[in-house]
Amino acid sequence: MDQLQTYLIIGAVLFCLGLYGVITRRNAIAILMGVELILNSANVNFVAFARFGGMNMSGQIFALFVIIMAAAEAAVALAIIINIYHLYHSINVDEPSELKL
Amino acid sequence: MAEITFWLLALFTIASAVIVVTSRQLIYSAVALLFSFIGVAGLYIYLWADFIGVVQIMIYIGGITILILFGIMLTNKITSVRISHTSVQRRIAAGGLTVLLGLLITMIIKTPWYLVAASEPTQTVESIGKMLLIDYLLPFEVVSILLLGALIGAATLARRGR
Repeated sequence: MDQLQTYLIIGAVLFCLGLYGVITRRNAIAILMGVELILNSANVNFVAFARFGGMNMSGQIFALFVIIMAAAEAAVALAIIINIYHLYHSINVDEPSELKL
Repeated sequence: MAEITFWLLALFTIASAVIVVTSRQLIYSAVALLFSFIGVAGLYIYLWADFIGVVQIMIYIGGITILILFGIMLTNKITSVRISHTSVQRRIAAGGLTVLLGLLITMIIKTPWYLVAASEPTQTVESIGKMLLIDYLLPFEVVSILLLGALIGAATLARRGR
């Protein structure tokens, strides 16, 4: 097993843990944390392929874009979650069932 | 020595990630997420991506984790003892994801990856900057519009009492 495979396996483990969080959690913020773990696992893969593909910088650029997307996604998601909390006084994702009150 | 540090870092990252998805206390999950991000930043530095590692620390740890902590505090009464949360369908999820992880690891080990040897660069900032402003100029500009849209959208959504 060479080094690239080690990094890819770390990425795969992080991905599965993040997906586990997304599937099993009911709290919307905990689901958001799972999504962040998944994005991190994708980033580990990008940077690992950049490093072992002859130090190709495109992988690092893509990792940078993923980080920017994650920041935007976290801000919008938290704004939505706070709105849901004001309407339902709970952020468990199985409780809100209407788009408009 | 570098080998031992690498394995410790990998273990640290994965153990923190396990706490993130299994802890019953939401605050503990958030703090474990912070440590997991630090571990991933360390992995980036092992992969010769110093700039990405620093960006990870600044944006993920300085921005996203703090944002999530604020989210937790704004959506729970801080005086209530349990800011805990329940999980559902744990067995099915764990079983299915173990199978998925096994498949992924088998795929990773069996695939003949195309490896190119490279020498360690002195720094990566210069080449990243050049690529961002030459090869990836359009995505770079689009992402700035995306950030502006997300900023306005988040501010509009979070405002109370329209």
